[in-house]
Amino acid sequence: MVETLVKPAAEAAATKRPVVSVRNLTVDFPLRRGNFRAVEDVSFDIMPGEVLGVVGESGAGKSMTGSAIIGLIEPPGRITGGEVLLDGRRIDNLPPEEMQKLRGKRIGMVFQDPLTSLNPLYRIGDQIVETIRRHLPVSEAEARERAIGLLREAGIPSPEDRIDSYPHQFSGGMRQRVVIALALAAEPELIIADEPTSALDVSVQAQIIKVLKRLCESRGAAVMLITHDMGVIAETADRMIVMNKGRIVETGKVGDIIKRPKQDYTIRLIKAIPSITDPIRVHAAPAEQKALVEVKHLVRDFDLSGSLLDRLFRRGGGKIVHAVDDVSFSIRKGSTYGLVGESGSGKSTCARMMVGLIPPTSGEVLLDGKDIWQAGAAERRRKVQMIFQDPYASLNPRWRVGDIIAEPIKALGLASGRSEIEGRVADLLERVRLDAAAMRKFPHEFSGGQRQRIAIARALSSQPEFIVCDEPTSALDVSVQAQVLDLMKRLQDEFGLTYLLISHNLAVVRTMADDVGVLNKGRLVEQGPVDQVFDAPKDEYTRMLLSSVPDISKVD
Amino acid sequence: MSADTTRPAAPVAAKGALARFLDSDIWFSFKRSPVTIVAATVAAVLILSALLAPLISPYDPFNPATLNLMDGFTKPFSESMFGNYFVFGSDNQGRDVLSTILYGSRISIFVGLMATLFAMVIGISLGLSAGYVGGVYDSVVMRIADIQLSFPAILIALLIFGVARGIIPPSQHESMAVWVLIIAIGLANWAQFARTVRGATMVERQKDYVAAARIMGVNPLRILLGHVLPNVMGPVLVIATINLALAIIEEATLSYLGVGVPPTQPSLGTLIRIGQQFLFSGEWWILFFPAVTLVLLALSVNLLGDWLRDALNPRLR
Repeated sequence: MVETLVKPAAEAAATKRPVVSVRNLTVDFPLRRGNFRAVEDVSFDIMPGEVLGVVGESGAGKSMTGSAIIGLIEPPGRITGGEVLLDGRRIDNLPPEEMQKLRGKRIGMVFQDPLTSLNPLYRIGDQIVETIRRHLPVSEAEARERAIGLLREAGIPSPEDRIDSYPHQFSGGMRQRVVIALALAAEPELIIADEPTSALDVSVQAQIIKVLKRLCESRGAAVMLITHDMGVIAETADRMIVMNKGRIVETGKVGDIIKRPKQDYTIRLIKAIPSITDPIRVHAAPAEQKALVEVKHLVRDFDLSGSLLDRLFRRGGGKIVHAVDDVSFSIRKGSTYGLVGESGSGKSTCARMMVGLIPPTSGEVLLDGKDIWQAGAAERRRKVQMIFQDPYASLNPRWRVGDIIAEPIKALGLASGRSEIEGRVADLLERVRLDAAAMRKFPHEFSGGQRQRIAIARALSSQPEFIVCDEPTSALDVSVQAQVLDLMKRLQDEFGLTYLLISHNLAVVRTMADDVGVLNKGRLVEQGPVDQVFDAPKDEYTRMLLSSVPDISKVD
Repeated sequence: MSADTTRPAAPVAAKGALARFLDSDIWFSFKRSPVTIVAATVAAVLILSALLAPLISPYDPFNPATLNLMDGFTKPFSESMFGNYFVFGSDNQGRDVLSTILYGSRISIFVGLMATLFAMVIGISLGLSAGYVGGVYDSVVMRIADIQLSFPAILIALLIFGVARGIIPPSQHESMAVWVLIIAIGLANWAQFARTVRGATMVERQKDYVAAARIMGVNPLRILLGHVLPNVMGPVLVIATINLALAIIEEATLSYLGVGVPPTQPSLGTLIRIGQQFLFSGEWWILFFPAVTLVLLALSVNLLGDWLRDALNPRLR
């Protein structure tokens, strides 16, 4: 443990004064089309050693509240009401130079993307030492000692050797630990962590949460943890505030709010969050036993040996990555097969081979017994469709919604004549619970959830049998996610659709899928019915995955 | 109904096209930039007056019957001995400088527009296909563009112009001059477009809406023209505007060097070439007014291009 030179946090703990208190904070953005109030009348305290979770959906004002505390609101936004007190002293009206001195010294920050928080050109040790020496009166050698201690505390193995590495030499999770060590370097009283684990895989996420929590306990620092993920809050925070449209909806102990939410908004929010302990799905129309899609010994290699010229001159010795390595599974007609795995596990590559976007290196994908890359290619275009992760990128921004949905109909020649096509589009829009008038608008006029409905309507327009859904809800807020999943379920039962659901979110897979396969580094390590894999996992990797998922069922 | 579907879409949808334009961010940023408003006004006046030259020019400078050599070298804002009034003076043959400028800008603007359009068509088709196909084809096209960009554009235009004159029979030289000029300037400028379009295409190609079209078996040409092209047109528009100013200057340079349009249909460059012969003998206006027009035209179009680049760049908004 590193010896502490100044202990403002400990003193504050003795006097029981909140480290930070926010009083009636209001943030306004005077925009062209009138004033936008991002934060309205928000008040809370954080005591020393306490982790306060701030949750809310996108646009709830949670990040803006964090930015307001550290004085980093982007213009034209500004604080128009209320005050922020740090250890009893008002800081929201300090001049920018004074505020800058506070950042890093008394308030540490951890952001979502560890790459942007570290300077790629400097060794991590230099960055930590610089921060320590800027704020604390210690020598170079002492600072380096401290830096090594901090890195060890943050969970970096053999920090004596790693301290002279550059940021790119660390993995994402390790980098976030370095950022945490950097945030703690000057012994701040308050740490603001904005989505600190959202860019990380679940197994890494769990470790980072533990590190953050342990360090706050041992140092008595207060933490404001901003996240959209209620599971992370459930595992980390002591108290939480729920925000919606810039206002605080509910405040209380984490366990109380998750188990007994009082406000309507919170009740709906909690209800919309899927859990890995949810009951498994019961189909209105039970799935058949016959397989519609069969994947046999699928392999995909990527040649990473660089450009053509490089390859010509280097000769051999190219680097080949097995993105998908001998994967076999089959999907029953009318059922949902969930494919889970962390980033780089090959799940998206698998999906792209199954819809005809990238050819497999070897192995086959059979639809109704025909290989979609050979005899079944023409049939595949009609029977197989895909729903993508990002509804902002999957719809052409220059096309009207009607043309987007009609594209498969026109490309495949399924209907002719304007009125017939328009009739079909209107029918499809109704099926995804959108107004038929939507066909004359452009995608940017819709919210994320509505756009995903449009993408679903497009996928349905060729009357497919098999739809590959690649992370269909991970870009959406939880309440919208619940609606989209619900729609997908209903459409499946209505049309007898077969789904391949790819997700990193185990809880979503649990509530949607009948069977599930677990991918790790391109290999299928375990598969079977959902309840069997989730409740009695056989493979070690599956067990690790399930135990590290932050889930609302894990609240104390 | 669910909360998500009841959320109202932007109210803009109900209005007409004009109302939508008046409400757009582009118009807003236009209104807020006085420099752009002045540039747009100047450009509009110059282009309109060039278009309407036959209607508004006080004299017909190319009709020998109306010319009088004795009117030559009349000073600006003064009347000649025959009672003809010349706003910008007259040249050695007694032609009204204002009228020659009006007719001259007509040719300059026409050559500039056509050359830019030509460069745009070549650049867009090569850039789109290179960016989408990739591989060896992409490397070859882009290396050619690199090589070409390492020469000054005017040099390439001169070269093409020279080659074209060698191919075309001398009797056709005069009548074909304008088209040769357009092709020469166009070929000298395609690389800029190709580079930009290729980069933008490579970004768009990765997007999921292209993947969705590929899954349903839309053919690549349709994907390129229907999906990718509309999404790469933003930066192309900016380059085209800036390129228009460049092409006008290049045409003037070529005509100034004597390889451009023939003196019988003078462009601004030809007028400057004629005018500079008299600069040192005191007849400054024959050079001065065409030169000022060229500067105003190029500058205003360039300023419009700069504004458009900023207005279309979301990061600078």
